[in-house]
Amino acid sequence: MAINFSVNGKPVSVNAPESTRLLWVLREELKLTGTKFGCGAGQCGACMVHIDGERMFSCLIPVSAVQRKAVTTIEGLSPNRMNALQRAWLAESVPQCGYCQSGQLMSAAALLAANPRPTHWEIKDHMSANVCRCGTYPRIVRAIERAVKEG
Amino acid sequence: MTTNTLQSGVTRRQFMVGAAGLTFTVLIDGCAVMRTEERGGAGLAAMPADGSLNVNAWASIATDGTIYIANPAVEMGQGSQTAIPLIIAEEMDADWSRVRIVPAAPDDKIYGNPGFRGLMYTAGSATVTGYWDVARTFGAQVRRVMMENAARKWDVPLAELSTEPSTVVHAKTGRKLSYGEIAAFAQIPAAAPAIKPEELKKPEQYRLIGKDVMRVELPSKVNGTAQYSIDVQLPGMLYGAVLRGPVEGTSPLTIDDAQARAVSGVVRIVRLPFGVGVIAETPWAAFEAKNALKVTWDRRARAFGHDSDRAIAVYSAAARDLGRAGKPWDTAGDARGAMQKAAKVYESEFVCDYTYHAQMEPLNSVASVSPSGDACEIWCGTQSQTMAVAAVAKALGIPVEKVKLNLTLLGGGFGRRGHRDEEFVVDSVLLSREVKRPVKVLWTREDDVHNGRFRPLSVHFLRAGLDSSNRIVAWQHRVACDEITAFQDPVRYKGGGEKDFLAMAGSELRTYDIPNRLSEQLPQETGIRTSSLRGIGFGPNKFATEAFLDEVAAKHGLDPVELRLQLLKNTPRGQAVIRGVVEMSDYRRKRPGRGVGFSFIDYSGTMVAAVAEVSIDKTRGKINVHDFWLALDPGIAVQPDNVVAQTESSIVYGLGLALTERITIKDGAVQQSNILDYGVPRMHDIPELHIKLMSTPNRPTGAGQMATPVVAPAISSAVFAASGARVRHTPFLPERVRAAMV
Repeated sequence: MAINFSVNGKPVSVNAPESTRLLWVLREELKLTGTKFGCGAGQCGACMVHIDGERMFSCLIPVSAVQRKAVTTIEGLSPNRMNALQRAWLAESVPQCGYCQSGQLMSAAALLAANPRPTHWEIKDHMSANVCRCGTYPRIVRAIERAVKEG
Repeated sequence: MTTNTLQSGVTRRQFMVGAAGLTFTVLIDGCAVMRTEERGGAGLAAMPADGSLNVNAWASIATDGTIYIANPAVEMGQGSQTAIPLIIAEEMDADWSRVRIVPAAPDDKIYGNPGFRGLMYTAGSATVTGYWDVARTFGAQVRRVMMENAARKWDVPLAELSTEPSTVVHAKTGRKLSYGEIAAFAQIPAAAPAIKPEELKKPEQYRLIGKDVMRVELPSKVNGTAQYSIDVQLPGMLYGAVLRGPVEGTSPLTIDDAQARAVSGVVRIVRLPFGVGVIAETPWAAFEAKNALKVTWDRRARAFGHDSDRAIAVYSAAARDLGRAGKPWDTAGDARGAMQKAAKVYESEFVCDYTYHAQMEPLNSVASVSPSGDACEIWCGTQSQTMAVAAVAKALGIPVEKVKLNLTLLGGGFGRRGHRDEEFVVDSVLLSREVKRPVKVLWTREDDVHNGRFRPLSVHFLRAGLDSSNRIVAWQHRVACDEITAFQDPVRYKGGGEKDFLAMAGSELRTYDIPNRLSEQLPQETGIRTSSLRGIGFGPNKFATEAFLDEVAAKHGLDPVELRLQLLKNTPRGQAVIRGVVEMSDYRRKRPGRGVGFSFIDYSGTMVAAVAEVSIDKTRGKINVHDFWLALDPGIAVQPDNVVAQTESSIVYGLGLALTERITIKDGAVQQSNILDYGVPRMHDIPELHIKLMSTPNRPTGAGQMATPVVAPAISSAVFAASGARVRHTPFLPERVRAAMV
């Protein structure tokens, strides 16, 4: 059946078995490969996207569940692909292998949208949904704090 | 303008073949059309569509001043894609903003790492240290050729010339020529100019090294454009999944694929020697079909019956049986004789569980085999370009020249992507051959765990003999563990005297002033898939040696820091990092309710000292690590902030290995299946990290993993300081902590 939703502001219509997870539709059908596959079980956050503004594990969401909803991926996080968080990420040299960083940025953006001035502990708590095997955690905290300050 | 036309059609001035087969090309036809996003310095250049840049060159200079530098290493987050070209650019005196980095072709003869016996292999924190001399020498040769050409042009002595970034300067007359201008008329000598070591730059002359440039691929990693092999999309591409047996060496006995075939989108199901492959129109269909397969397995493989919990007693018995000689690794003096004569002998045993890499990108690859099967193109993130090409050529029975590699970024490596058989690359090749279409094989995370290759289970029995003046005069370290090297890389195992260096490295104590030493391996043949893992043998071996030293110090009434300072009496750089970390952590300060623990390692010349501060929730058995201080001296830090970043990274990795991560095995099969039940650390698990980089103007000795092994012993010593109890089995799980407290 056709599933209609929007991705990064553009309407899309896909035909896929209902149980197909949104992640695979985004990556392989819509070619938005910035959203990553890490665990397939909502345990690592590499696949984090926003659905109607809330962060969600796209590896868990059946594509049928986003019918008529608005999906935002890393490709649509900022108009020119560079917002305060992304600038802060570069200023703090956050990424190492980089594979988890789309998901980290999507989580961080969801945090700041809901809580523009998070405390150190609120950042750590919120960001613990995402795993970074390279251990860039201290720099992620610094980058979020920098983005809050520099806006 | 044209002087030579090569078979590729490119117009070039000439080639120069120099020391170690280095090739240097001056482009004169301005084929420098490679423009990529330029943020923060050199961008990563794509190969031009017409193939006009010969990749068998370390550097090319175009007449517009663009400088192309080949990168022989792979990028998995450690930064060597930037660091090696930066070293070449430094000695070239190149303008970094004009440098474009291109991936080196898979050719060990030109691009092999001298530190890995000439293999293109990115591992072991050995890239900067391995290429240090050749990269600098080559850069200096290019600079010399630029200067010689300017000297001829101006008819002045070479000695009167100097360089500024990408420019030759004649100070007397104020004349300048850019490298691009020189490229337009350059004559290149038949042989590369000889560069004496003393002609290389002195550290105080560096313009790039030690100054922190942005890693070239970083911008692509904050906007989703970074390309990993999992992101490769090809026209007509299908998706593959592979069901492997529960243990290495088994094969399918019966396959019931009725349900799998019924999954919509399945194209083909293939019996493989080691499992069953599924090819489908979408990844989801491939996964569903793989999950629907019903397969029974041949039980003849060795690992069936292996049980990690029960194995500990077996390994322990082997390690403690002093009558049984092991394979010697580190020998000095007469350890056994000195032990017998010692005034006091201490003994202890340590255990490290199997551990898993958990790189964030599950293994995957893309292959396109030609319809006749005589050529193949692959896309993969491997730690060794040449191993990947060779493994694919072997699988197809074709020459390596018929395999084209497209190297991508790696979503983490940590040792998992550098096995000689490159099994995750061969997967896609075998499936592509079946359907004569490009196939992307995806391992699920569950596949990645179940088919994992692990740091082995190890039991360490240690003995230390002290003389009447409290000096350690004899040392014995017996390591019983599954073998790694013979499984991971049979070629290097045979070539290296059949020594299991991946397991035994770090059990040598060459820096410590202990005259009689013996470390030896009691190899346990289990058939379990094993692997190097960040820190290789240093992880388990340094946990054992440093935790044991802390124990010896406590039992013998010695101060653990003073003991290390004495053992390092001939190693002032080691003493310096110890004093550095003691000062920054205020080590001597008493902390009510908490304990601090100290540890030191010399990792291939990089000196690392650490202090951990912990408190213990005795009821829950939880160790809370509050702060972690670390001082290191890696010699020259090419990219200092990146050395700090790598150190943060290695500490976090070490925390996981020390506290939570383990693989258990029952009947040969892995019991964990994903990130959560394996126990990868998250942000709220991480203490405050305090890192002091104490670079010295010595040859760089590596920084990618040097802190990982120092973490577990620092924590175990801190636990003792806080509670008087010893934790001797990593990870320090709650039940183990509670048991130790009794």
